[in-house]
Amino acid sequence: MSQKTAAPDAATSAKAAKAAKPTAAGGRNSLARLGPLPWIGPCIALILLVVVWPVAEMVLTSTHKISGLGIDFGFNGLGRYQKLFSDARLGTVMTWTLIWTVLVVGFTMVISLGLAQLYNQQFPGRKYTRWALIIPWAASVIVTSIGFRWMLDEVAGVLNRMMLDLGLIHGAENWTGDAAHAKPWLIFVAVFVSLPFTTYTLLAGLQTVPGEVYEAARVDGASSWQTYFRITLPLLRPSFLVALVINLINVFNSFPVIWGMTQGGPNTDTSTSTVFMFILGQTDVGESAAMSVVNFAVVIVMVLLFLKVSRWNEES
Amino acid sequence: MLIQGRFKELSRKTVFAVLAWGLAAFFLAPYLEMVITAVRPANELRDNGYLPKHFQWGNFVDVWSQTTIGQNLQVSLLVAGGATLLTLLVALPAAYYTARIRFRGRKIFLLLVLVTQMFQPAALQVGLAREFTSLGMMDSDLTLIIANAAFNLAFAVWILSAYISSIPAELEEAAMIDGTSRVGALFKVTLPLALPGVVTCVIFTFITAWNEFIMGLILINTPSKQPLTVGIDSMIGAYNPQWNFMFAASVVAIIPVVILFASIERHVVSGLTAGSVK
Repeated sequence: MSQKTAAPDAATSAKAAKAAKPTAAGGRNSLARLGPLPWIGPCIALILLVVVWPVAEMVLTSTHKISGLGIDFGFNGLGRYQKLFSDARLGTVMTWTLIWTVLVVGFTMVISLGLAQLYNQQFPGRKYTRWALIIPWAASVIVTSIGFRWMLDEVAGVLNRMMLDLGLIHGAENWTGDAAHAKPWLIFVAVFVSLPFTTYTLLAGLQTVPGEVYEAARVDGASSWQTYFRITLPLLRPSFLVALVINLINVFNSFPVIWGMTQGGPNTDTSTSTVFMFILGQTDVGESAAMSVVNFAVVIVMVLLFLKVSRWNEES
Repeated sequence: MLIQGRFKELSRKTVFAVLAWGLAAFFLAPYLEMVITAVRPANELRDNGYLPKHFQWGNFVDVWSQTTIGQNLQVSLLVAGGATLLTLLVALPAAYYTARIRFRGRKIFLLLVLVTQMFQPAALQVGLAREFTSLGMMDSDLTLIIANAAFNLAFAVWILSAYISSIPAELEEAAMIDGTSRVGALFKVTLPLALPGVVTCVIFTFITAWNEFIMGLILINTPSKQPLTVGIDSMIGAYNPQWNFMFAASVVAIIPVVILFASIERHVVSGLTAGSVK
């Protein structure tokens, strides 16, 4: 029955649509009257639900008494923060987080500058060699990190075998077994997975530099180093700064590289703040929340930094 | 002189090519080792030879029956597909409206979206776990879909908005004078022209959700409900880790996204930095 009536209905609505032709502008006005909410409302709702709410939960959890089963027993003061700040592991974790962020981002930026310069040249196979860079970018970071953990395995790891064959080491090492051995490799893997995005961003920046600029520099007799430092680098500044801040945020918050290779261990010796809060969460959700609030304060500073180097600084 | 110049140019190119091919091998090597490990027979896993004595391609078949990755793969497909759909549904109207209409609060809205890109799941893990526990939504595909969609909004809104802005509003206005509604004009005129942006947004969101790890780790407890990334990671915890199966699963996880990624490579950088480059 309903199917029978549906056909004429469709016909009338089609007619109505035709009749409404001249008032198309009216339809537009009614949309404008509703304002932006129907358009941007769902977006705001999703952000409130998944990004803003957890922040509130973090503050709440850090100041409330929460049982092991997750039941809230009300306000508990700043005891969890006191516990966190007197936790002997915190100093080591924060120092390593700082060193980790600075070294990984530093190496990534410098190496990417070189790679971008290389891929911007003309040579046979440029397209294919650039494709190779896509794999570490597209592959899941956790999977890549587990791959490196395996390659560094004390018994069967191909990197151990390779270093033995090249005479770099005299016996197989347990690279992920202690902090001193693991940290350089953690940095290496983090740089490895950060290079593709950074290189591509800088490459995009390089390609916006007009050829005439280089031509003019050449005519003026500038050497290639002079051209690079006086012309290329200054023109690359916007892409460089954006890549820098995005990397700072990504590396500071990085979880899978360390989790995949050492799980933050042994103990918490290779944990950065995000891995440490996960480990704390297994035993004391309040202290873990306090850690996440402290961590969040650092993220806020980085966001302000980002806004300063991005175009928002100019427009507002 | 001319010949000398040509020779110099040729040797320059050779040096660049050698460097670039060497680097390509360096970036590929870890993934090649994954493939090699994936086909190692179980009794050769503790051998440190570069290649296995027997190539056991059957591992790619056995991994489905001997581990949970079949189920994990289904979860990943559902979550990545669902998150992509939700992202598009939510981001498209917002991107369209902000690209076309100068309304009050437009800038603040765009800024809010941009800032969410800075707040990563790893930093919010404790709050996310607490929130979805209190909502009774742990261990659910839907939770992962919603959470993944939210963290992909920034990229989606920015890239879609950039593409729509580049399409002249006059085209839509012409269609609207001809009697099409604004929504009709969006679907019939603007979207087809903005297709590269939409495709980039779809593929990029899918890949990011497919590769996502930490939310799957903290929000899902049941092994068969975990996404592929968490499923692979949890195999390490086994008493006797089956590295060959782990990497067979990894190869299955990586190949499709690399192909997808290669197809949108040209557009990704502009989307990731669209909100920020001056």
